Amino acid sequence: MMTESQRKAIRVDLQLIADMIEPGSRVLDVGCEDGTLLDYLVNFKQVDGRGIELSTEGVNACVSAGLPVIQGDADADLATYPDGAFDYVVLSQTLQAMVAPRTVVEHLVRIGKRAIVSFPNFGHWRARTHLALTGRMPMSDALPYQWYDTPNIHLCTIKDFLVMCRETEITIERSISLNERGNARRINSGPLLANVFGVQAVFVLRR
Amino acid sequence: MSKSGDTSFRQWDADTFPGHRVVLGRDEPLRLDCGTGLTNFTVAYQTYGKLNAAKTNAVMICHALTGDQFVAEPHPITGKAGWWDLMVGPGKPIDTDRYFVICSNVLGGCMGTIGPQEINPETGSPWALNFPVITIADMVRAQVMLLDHLEIERLFAVAGGSIGGMQVLEWAASYPDRVFAAAPIATTVHHSAQNIAFHEVGRQAIMADPDWCGGEYQNEGRNPKRGLSIARMAAHVTYLSELALQSKFGRRLQDREAITYGFEADFQVESYLRHQGSTFVDRFDANSYLYITRAADYFDMAEQHGGSVADAFRDTPVRFCVISFNSDWLYPTAESRVIVNSLNAVAANVSFAEFETSFGHDSFLLNVPEFHRVFRGFLNGAADHYGLPRVGHSGDAL
Repeated sequence: MMTESQRKAIRVDLQLIADMIEPGSRVLDVGCEDGTLLDYLVNFKQVDGRGIELSTEGVNACVSAGLPVIQGDADADLATYPDGAFDYVVLSQTLQAMVAPRTVVEHLVRIGKRAIVSFPNFGHWRARTHLALTGRMPMSDALPYQWYDTPNIHLCTIKDFLVMCRETEITIERSISLNERGNARRINSGPLLANVFGVQAVFVLRR
Repeated sequence: MSKSGDTSFRQWDADTFPGHRVVLGRDEPLRLDCGTGLTNFTVAYQTYGKLNAAKTNAVMICHALTGDQFVAEPHPITGKAGWWDLMVGPGKPIDTDRYFVICSNVLGGCMGTIGPQEINPETGSPWALNFPVITIADMVRAQVMLLDHLEIERLFAVAGGSIGGMQVLEWAASYPDRVFAAAPIATTVHHSAQNIAFHEVGRQAIMADPDWCGGEYQNEGRNPKRGLSIARMAAHVTYLSELALQSKFGRRLQDREAITYGFEADFQVESYLRHQGSTFVDRFDANSYLYITRAADYFDMAEQHGGSVADAFRDTPVRFCVISFNSDWLYPTAESRVIVNSLNAVAANVSFAEFETSFGHDSFLLNVPEFHRVFRGFLNGAADHYGLPRVGHSGDAL
């Protein structure tokens, strides 16, 4: 069982997502890794939770902890889920690793009554200045990979994401950016600033 | 290989053979898919662990083609360890300190449950080919009757690999209210053409043996050992993998320095297969082999549920744990993904893990620690949700 100290230990963006989810709801966590968020939601929000994870280690960690997780690939497997099967579908820090992120997001809002998507903001000022001043692909704590071995094949900025939502006619219910200190602010109160100072963003979407 | 002319493999005394027996179908016959019914038939079963007072901790294990009810104890004929000894027992993944394990010999089997080698009371002779052709669903119906006899309303879990996994799927599809958790392992929703083809090779080998006598070998005092052993040899190859065979035997020679320019077992792999075949006939009945392989060939969940596997599981309350092995080419991971996708299509509660092994289909029977660790966790998690109390060591792995 989780202790109170573990409860406080989950990542700030995961906590933000967890706080958005109604207790007792049905949740699908896409790219659930070792099940940290799922475990939190099952234990503290009594959700009926499921997960999809690509890595063997992640799947084995989840299933052996009693979490219902399937080994699968979001790019391929989301199509097998029916419309409106979940109250929330979560995609945290995984969008940028998808082969077809736009299709994936469209599946999220199809499968879930709401989708919660978080991603690293490539428009952050450090990324901008890194590229401008060094002339090399940005690397940071959030994006620690060299260009040739990164799993993050579809990086985007907050503005890019806003544009994609408009193009696909997906409704943004809430949008929050987190700065370097983990402080949250509403993106629509100043999208330009959010796109410069937000390290990552969390969006609540619906069809 | 054994010479022909021996009598049937079955030499035991029903009174001293271990395990439980019960006569079912006394009031209501078992209605078979083929249209006939079975009355007053024996089911042999074995149990491990203790049923709790509320009767909520029962786990049904479904055995594969040539398995039997002796899951976790030395086999009464071969003396070898139980076929799932690694999985079932005190402190093991299916922990008999926590769960009450039931395994019955399948309908059509040859370890005490009614099958073609039993006496047909109407004729006083063995059923042989007059035994009705049975299906996976019929096997499960017999298990349900056993559960009724034991007065167990609902299973905590049902688990099994291969043809046992088909029974697990059938349990979940047809009796969703009587199963809390289901673990179909290394299995499929239907037999592919290749699966049927290999079974047909086995059946034809048996039927081509002159000692088979049109199935009447018991009356003739004979036993088609050569045919059954060849069937086993061909099937055994499908349970392994190319890598397993290559690393175990390569092209090494058997007790000789050079090839002999003849047809003796020059190669170790030949000797191994001949041994597998010849020991198998001591514990298995040829007609049973025909009937159980046929049941597997007929298994087709989509066909039985209006063309869609997903429809078999619509609104299912069952928690699933689907497991496959990457070296299994008999029921490869793609087949397990069909199960998973069908369960996803109805938003069922499903876990799915594929394990890396080199053992082929037999992986589910062998020592694959990661598989056992994950499976233990799945069962523990499900048991916690089901409200089964924990025992000392069962939570250790968490």
